[in-house]
Amino acid sequence: MDKKIRGRLWVIAVLIVASIASLVPRNAKQRVRDVATGAMKDTTVRRVPINLGLDLQGGIHLALEVDQTKGPVPDCADAIQRAEKVVRTRIDEFGTTEPVVQIQGRCRLIVELAGEKDPARAKGVIQRTAFLEFRIADMKGVFKDALPAIDAALRKAGIKARGDATPSAVAQLFGGDTTKAARDSAADANAPGVLSSLLNQRPGGVPGEYLVPEEQWPLVDSLIQRPDVRGLIPRGMDLKWSAQTQAYGARLYRPLYAVDARPIITGEELTRATARRDPVTNGSVVTFQLSRRGARIFSQETGRHIGDFMAILLDGRVQGEPPVIRSQIGANGQIELGNKPLQEASDLALVLRAGALPAPLAIVDERTISATLGADSINDGVRAGVVGVLLVVLIMIGYYRMSGALAVAALTLYCLFTLAGLAAFGFTLTLPGLAGFILSIGIAVDANVLIFERIREEIVHGKSLRLAVDDGFLHAMNAIVDSNVSTILTALILYAVGTGPVQGFAITLIIGIVASMISAIFVVKTLFLIWLNRRPNMVTLSI
Amino acid sequence: MIRLFANASYDFIKWRRWAFSLTGAIMLIGAVFLAMRGLNYSIEFTGGTLVQFEVAHKVPTSNIRAALDQTGLAGADIYNFGSDTSYVVRARLGGAASQGEAGSQAVADAVARALDQSVGAGQYRLARREAVGPKVGRELQGKALLAILFSFVVTLVYLAVRFEWRFGLAAVVATAHDVIATIAFISVMHLEVSLVVVGAVLTVVGYSLNDTIIIFDRVRENLRKYRRQNLYEILNLSINETLPRSVLTHGTTIATTLSLLLLGGEVIRPFAWVMSFGIFTGTFSSIYIAAPVLLWIEKRWPGEDARGARTFGTRTPAPQPQLAPATPTSSPSPRAPQPAR
Repeated sequence: MDKKIRGRLWVIAVLIVASIASLVPRNAKQRVRDVATGAMKDTTVRRVPINLGLDLQGGIHLALEVDQTKGPVPDCADAIQRAEKVVRTRIDEFGTTEPVVQIQGRCRLIVELAGEKDPARAKGVIQRTAFLEFRIADMKGVFKDALPAIDAALRKAGIKARGDATPSAVAQLFGGDTTKAARDSAADANAPGVLSSLLNQRPGGVPGEYLVPEEQWPLVDSLIQRPDVRGLIPRGMDLKWSAQTQAYGARLYRPLYAVDARPIITGEELTRATARRDPVTNGSVVTFQLSRRGARIFSQETGRHIGDFMAILLDGRVQGEPPVIRSQIGANGQIELGNKPLQEASDLALVLRAGALPAPLAIVDERTISATLGADSINDGVRAGVVGVLLVVLIMIGYYRMSGALAVAALTLYCLFTLAGLAAFGFTLTLPGLAGFILSIGIAVDANVLIFERIREEIVHGKSLRLAVDDGFLHAMNAIVDSNVSTILTALILYAVGTGPVQGFAITLIIGIVASMISAIFVVKTLFLIWLNRRPNMVTLSI
Repeated sequence: MIRLFANASYDFIKWRRWAFSLTGAIMLIGAVFLAMRGLNYSIEFTGGTLVQFEVAHKVPTSNIRAALDQTGLAGADIYNFGSDTSYVVRARLGGAASQGEAGSQAVADAVARALDQSVGAGQYRLARREAVGPKVGRELQGKALLAILFSFVVTLVYLAVRFEWRFGLAAVVATAHDVIATIAFISVMHLEVSLVVVGAVLTVVGYSLNDTIIIFDRVRENLRKYRRQNLYEILNLSINETLPRSVLTHGTTIATTLSLLLLGGEVIRPFAWVMSFGIFTGTFSSIYIAAPVLLWIEKRWPGEDARGARTFGTRTPAPQPQLAPATPTSSPSPRAPQPAR
C-alpha cells in the first residue's frame, strides 16, 4: 500500500514541478522602439508566459480582406498570402511588441497589436497599398485637345454646367487663361463646357495640371469616372488627383493631373527609404534609393525626358507638385510631403521599404480596447474569482469538513494545472476565458461532491471506511466521466466555430475539465489513501 | 457530519404538470417579448459600430443624443455602461447610420464630433471601439446557429452511445427546454446577444446535460438494483438520492456565477446573467423535464422490461403483473441499459 501511495505522490510531484516550470517567468524577445534613435530593436524581458488576450491588455484587433469593390481579385487566397508578408514586415517595424499577423480561413488576414493606442495610424500603415510610380506629365496638352469632345458628350448625356460664377472668378484670379476649348464645340457655342468650365489652368503652371475648386472635386471626379468620358480620354493618358490641396487667394484647389498611363518606374525597384526633415524648406521628405536595375531604367527614362515634368504617384495620388527633370536621375530621389509631420514621413518610408500590397485591403472587423479597460477587466475578474473561490472553499469545508479540506487542497492544484496548461500550450487568456476559469472552479468540485456523497452512502450501507472510500471513488466514476465528456464536446464545438474571445473561453473550459479530473479524482484519492494509512484505527470519517 | 436532504423522499414526479405549466408560462412570456421587440443582437451579428467612452463628469444622455442627431446618427443607440460616467454609442448596420466598411470609420468620426460638441474636446477618453462589417456579421450568425444545432446532434449521439436511446431523447428534450427557456430569459432581460452570450448558452447546454446525466446514471443503476419497482418510483428514488449532490454542486456553481455577476464587471455581465439563469433552469429541467419525459417515452415506446407500462401504476393496473416471473438469476435484464466501461 505504501508503495502505491509513493507512486501516486511521485506522479503528483512531477505534475506540480512541470506546472511550476511552465509558469516560471522566462525571457521573451520583444521589439521595442529605442527612445534615442527611434529605430526598432530587440530586447528581452522576463515575464510569466501566459498570453493575455487583447480584451485584457488593450490593443487593436483588425480583420482584413481583399477589397473587391475597386475591381475583382481572382485569387484572394494568393493575394492574402502575399499581403500577409508585406503587412508582417510593415508591422514588425511599426513599434508594437509581439504583434500578431495571421491568415484566418482562406481569405482573411488578422492583425493584432497589443497595447497600441492609435488605431488610425495602425490602419494607415497596414492598409496603405504603397504603390509608388513615376509618370511623365501630359507635356503636349493631349488631354486639353480632347476636352471639347468630352464636353460635347456630357452635354449630349444631358449634364448641364453648374455655377457660372466659379470659372469667371478663377478666370480673374489667373488672368483669364481658363480653358476656352468649349468654344469650338459643335452644337451650343455659348454654353460653357460642362467639364472644361470646372478645370482651370494656371499660367506658367505644370503642363497637364488642372485646378479644381475643392468643393467641386467630388463632382469632377464623378464626371471623369463616367464610362463615356473615360472612352474619350486619349489613349496612353490617365487622369490622377493630387493627394494635397493648393491654396490660391482664399480658395482651396485640388489639382488634377493628366499623366502618361505608363509609369517609367515603380516602387518595386526601391531598396531603401528614409524619412527626414529638409533643412532648407523645413518640410518632411522621404528619400529613397533604387536598385541597380531600377537606377539604370530610371536614368535612361529621365534622360529621354529632360525638361519634362514628372509626377510621383503613391497609391494613385500625385504627391506634391511634379518636379521638372533637369538632368538624368540615377539611384537616389526624394518625395516631398510639405508640412506634414515627420511621423507621417517615417510611416511612408516604412511602407515603401516593406513594399506594395498586392491588392487593396478592406477592414471587415475592428476592435480597439484601451489598456485601462483591459486592466479594469482583469481587476474585476480577479476580484470575482477570489470571492467565488472563497465561497466554494467555505461551502466545501463547512459541509465536508476534513474531506472538504482535502478537496480544497486539490482545488489549488487544479488552479495551478489550468494556468500551466494555458501557458504550456501557448493559449491566450481572454476575459470570457477568465470567466470560464472562475465558473469551472465551481464545477471542478462537482466530481468531489459526487465522490463524497457516494462514500457517505457506502458508509451508511455499513461498509468499512477503506472499502467505502474505494467504492465511493469507483461508483462515482461513471457519472463523472459521462458528464465531463459531454461538457468537453460542447466546448470543442464552441472552439471550432468561435473566434478570439470565445475560443479562449472554450480552451479554458477544456483545460479546466481535464485539470479537474486529475485533481478531483487522482489527487484527492491519493490524499484519502495517505489519510487512511496514517489513521488505520479511524472509526468515523470526517466527511 | 452535516447531511442536507439525506434520505429525502419527495415525490418530484407528481408535480410534473405544475412544472410543465410553469415552464410553459415562462416560455410564453419569452415568446411575447421576443415577438414584441426581438433579440438585442450585438454588432457582432448585425454589423455596425460601437464606441465606448468615459467622461470625467456625468453628462445628461440627452446632450449626447442631441449632438448625435446633429451629426446624422439619429439611429444610434446610446446607453450607460456599468457606471454613470461610461457611455456606449452603438450604430447597427442597415440602420440610419453606417453603411459598409467605410461607414464604420464615419460613425466613429461622427461620434467623436458629437462628443467634442456635447462633452467638450479632451474631456472624454475612448475605452473601446468595435466595427464589424456586414459580411462578418452574417458569417457569425450562421456559425452561432450551426454551433447550437451541432451541439444537439453531438449530444444525442453521445447519449445514444452511452445510454439507451430513450434516455438520450429525454435528455435532449430537457436540454432543448433549457435553450428555449434561456432565450426567453435573454429576451425578457433584453440582454445583448453577443458571441460570448451564445457561448454561455452552449455552456448551459453542457451543464444541464451534465446534471441530467448524473440523475440518469443513477436511474440506470437503480433499474438494475431494484427489480420490483416501477419507473415512476425509480425516478423519484434516483432524484432523491442525487439531491444532496445537486444541492452542493449547484451551490458552489451559483456561488461562482453570482460573484461573477456582482463583481466581474460590466463586460462579462450578460454572460454571468445567462450562466446564473442557466444553472437554475438546468437543475429544474433535469428533475422536472428530463425525468417525466423519460417516463412518458417509456410509456409510449416501452422497453423490453416494460416497466414503463407500469409507470402510472396507481391509476392503471399493469396488464401483465410481471414479465417472465422475476428473473431467477441475479443477472440484469437484457434490456436494462448497460454501463459501458
